[in-house]
Amino acid sequence: MKIELKSTNSSKVASALIKARRNAGSPTMGMVMTLIVVTDSQGYQRAEKAALAASFEHPCRLLLVVTNSRTKTSGLDAEIRVGERVPGETVVLRMRGEVAEHPASVLLPLLLPDSPVVAWWPTQAPENLSTDPIGRLANRRITDADGTRQPMASLEHRARHHGPGETDLTWARLTPWRALLAAAVDQYPATFTAAVVEAQRGHASAQLMAAWLENRLGLQVEVKNTRGPGITGVRLTTAAGDIAITRDDGLLAEYSVPGQPKRLVALKRRDTEDLIAEELRRLDDDDIFEAAVTTLVRRMRREQTRKSGAAKAAGTKTGAAKKTAARSSSRKSTTAKRTTARSSSSSSGTAAPDAAPSPEEAVGTVDPAVTAPDAG
Amino acid sequence: MIDPDRPNPLRDPQDRRLPRIAGPCVLVIFGVTGDLSRKKLMPAVYDLANRGLLPPGFALVGFARRDWENEDFAQIVHDSVKEHARTPFREEVWRQLLEGIRFVPGDLNSDASFEQLKRTILELDEARGTGGNHAFYLSIPPGLFDEVVGQLRRHGLAEQRAGQWNRVVIEKPFGHDLSSAQELNRIVSSVFPSQSVFRIDHYLGKETVQNMLALRFANQLFEPVWNRNYIDHVQITMAEDIGIEGRAGYYDGIGAARDVIQNHLLQLLALTAMEEPTSFDARQLRTEKQKVLAAARPPADIDAHTARGRYDGGWSGGVKVRGYAEEDGVPPESITETFAALRVDIDNRRWAGVPFYLRAGKRLARRVTEVALSFRKAPHLPFTNSDTESLGTNALVMRIQPDEGITLRFGAKVPSTQMEIREVNMDFAYGGAFTESSPEAYERLILDVLLGDPPLFPQHEEVELSWQILDPVLDHWAERGDQPEKYHPGSWGPQSAYDMLARDGFAWRRP
Repeated sequence: MKIELKSTNSSKVASALIKARRNAGSPTMGMVMTLIVVTDSQGYQRAEKAALAASFEHPCRLLLVVTNSRTKTSGLDAEIRVGERVPGETVVLRMRGEVAEHPASVLLPLLLPDSPVVAWWPTQAPENLSTDPIGRLANRRITDADGTRQPMASLEHRARHHGPGETDLTWARLTPWRALLAAAVDQYPATFTAAVVEAQRGHASAQLMAAWLENRLGLQVEVKNTRGPGITGVRLTTAAGDIAITRDDGLLAEYSVPGQPKRLVALKRRDTEDLIAEELRRLDDDDIFEAAVTTLVRRMRREQTRKSGAAKAAGTKTGAAKKTAARSSSRKSTTAKRTTARSSSSSSGTAAPDAAPSPEEAVGTVDPAVTAPDAG
Repeated sequence: MIDPDRPNPLRDPQDRRLPRIAGPCVLVIFGVTGDLSRKKLMPAVYDLANRGLLPPGFALVGFARRDWENEDFAQIVHDSVKEHARTPFREEVWRQLLEGIRFVPGDLNSDASFEQLKRTILELDEARGTGGNHAFYLSIPPGLFDEVVGQLRRHGLAEQRAGQWNRVVIEKPFGHDLSSAQELNRIVSSVFPSQSVFRIDHYLGKETVQNMLALRFANQLFEPVWNRNYIDHVQITMAEDIGIEGRAGYYDGIGAARDVIQNHLLQLLALTAMEEPTSFDARQLRTEKQKVLAAARPPADIDAHTARGRYDGGWSGGVKVRGYAEEDGVPPESITETFAALRVDIDNRRWAGVPFYLRAGKRLARRVTEVALSFRKAPHLPFTNSDTESLGTNALVMRIQPDEGITLRFGAKVPSTQMEIREVNMDFAYGGAFTESSPEAYERLILDVLLGDPPLFPQHEEVELSWQILDPVLDHWAERGDQPEKYHPGSWGPQSAYDMLARDGFAWRRP
């Protein structure tokens, strides 16, 4: 059943929800949470599709907040959907003008009693989630750096301002990769001397992967540019050779462990609905993500230092840079094969092992031009 | 350099996003041409791969008396996956699986066939890096277990070496009485140690078991009333609306009690009635289940507190169906029951005096499995008799199939000016909440086998305790040797089932 309300307010929406449920014979909804999706008129349909798909696993009251503060007239329109092949309840709240600046006043009366509140920003997210009016309503806040115009910069921003209950979908995109890597190390519990992540230039998840590996392995992890899509490979170097998972087509990966035959493994880049369903499975703080973004911040700082150091004195090299350079040179041949002409020409250690790595290549920085929102 | 004891730096107990992926291994299915294998096992293998839970370097070997090449078998797997898998078919997942699919044609009693099986497995260990880890799924009649297990031992396929494993999966029925169950266990355990033997009750998914445990032990609300002070009896039902579906060869001589009550319903009883385990590891759980099964006993007067029936011909759910005796392959002298009910008493402090009624049957009104706890009446009702005339008793129902969830029945006032109180249902469905599109029982089982997770499925002690409860009843029925009472197809069973509860002053709920 669908109810449309023009120029309405929260209490009318709440009554309409009750009415819609009564009309459906007051079925048991078993709704487990309120999911607030904050989006604009462009991102709205994709976000709705993903949220509805996720609500099959997590039946919820879905509040889709579509704001447009540019119009002069102020007002709230609502569209209520109950029992339309979707578990739970869906309310689209269109806020115009002044109302759009006070969305929390609309949302607070519509939260389900007691159960958790999750807020998700599929595209641009507020600067500070924990002081944002909608963010403050939620105990779990989900952003998506890949949905923004500058994924890398957005992820860095999130990393610097990480607060409890916050995660970013770039992290969920890594789960299948991380699971495979963990399984590989289960099988081959060696000590690692180096680790490299290979990915499309400017891919935010790749930086996060590198930060996670760096945090877990205690090694400086390098990110190398390839043609993509998304992450194309991760190599963990042991004395007997590399544990390597490589994926060139975004679908099927090749998995190799020293002393064992190469094998294929399906490693599909997942849709947003799978990612959001994964996020909703856990409503507590993600400590591992927190540790990874802390390392990410450290990596960024290191990068900053190196950049300014390189700018000041071209001849002086830091110890870390030397190490990185030496490592990259030892894998020269494999890297050369995998990287594109563009990136290998500018790629650091491969061209001249002695030179300090060009900062851009070693840690990979923002490149807004080359990003796909659904990358994983 | 490789140190197996070194903790994996990429794993962290806090990292609960990471699933456990099984290590590389070979799954060998005996009886691969059977229905179960095509409809359940192979699709489950694909679904696991699709969910990213199968290791790179997984191999599937089929063994059957067919003149097939690897490609023919791969085609069979492909078709059964396309038709029956739960998750969408994806080419790249299929390519991952296809690399490791092999077929070994042969007879279970032929040494040459097992030599070839061994060669195939060794070749896979090399080519796929499966590292000597093998799981043998015996999807064959129990009568053949002896042969297969013996062959595996003779050809060195059951040896337990450090760092490698060989496991075996067997399905219900686990024997047909206590002594045959013991014999079966002797055969299997002579070759495989008990932690390598996985007995599967595919009716009882791990998910269900965990749901029941969470309801009972994660809540403060239910435990205080979960005893004889508040509960007056418990009904455990497993009803199927189908008949024997042409499987007379399997079903005749087994019957509802052996097929379902011995394993499934007594497991549900154990989970409902057991004390709180000290932890949820499989061993503690088994200990508690064993304790309660050891305290359970069959009725003293078997004729009064059991019922057996057999479906007649007639109309069931709008379809005209044949009676059991007219089904193909059922011998005229058969006394097999298609409905069985019995009362079980549990002699411990928590449950003394609370009868547990178990019933299972085919061609009943609808497919349903549930455990219903019926509460005592309130000691005093401050209403007039006419107010509470239609008030029954409170009930807590754990629905297990087909719509898993919880129902609470309690009294509520009928909206009107008069005071009238009637029973209402409050429902919760797991189906909607939290299900990761409900992994099928077989997926969980196969994954447990490959991971070596101590199964929640019963080990032989529980199997034997269950037979101890059921054997006296089965013996008594066999002694009587008469035909089971007929019941209408699509009904809720024979009259004797109703009578057996009426004797105790109760009535079956309509599930």
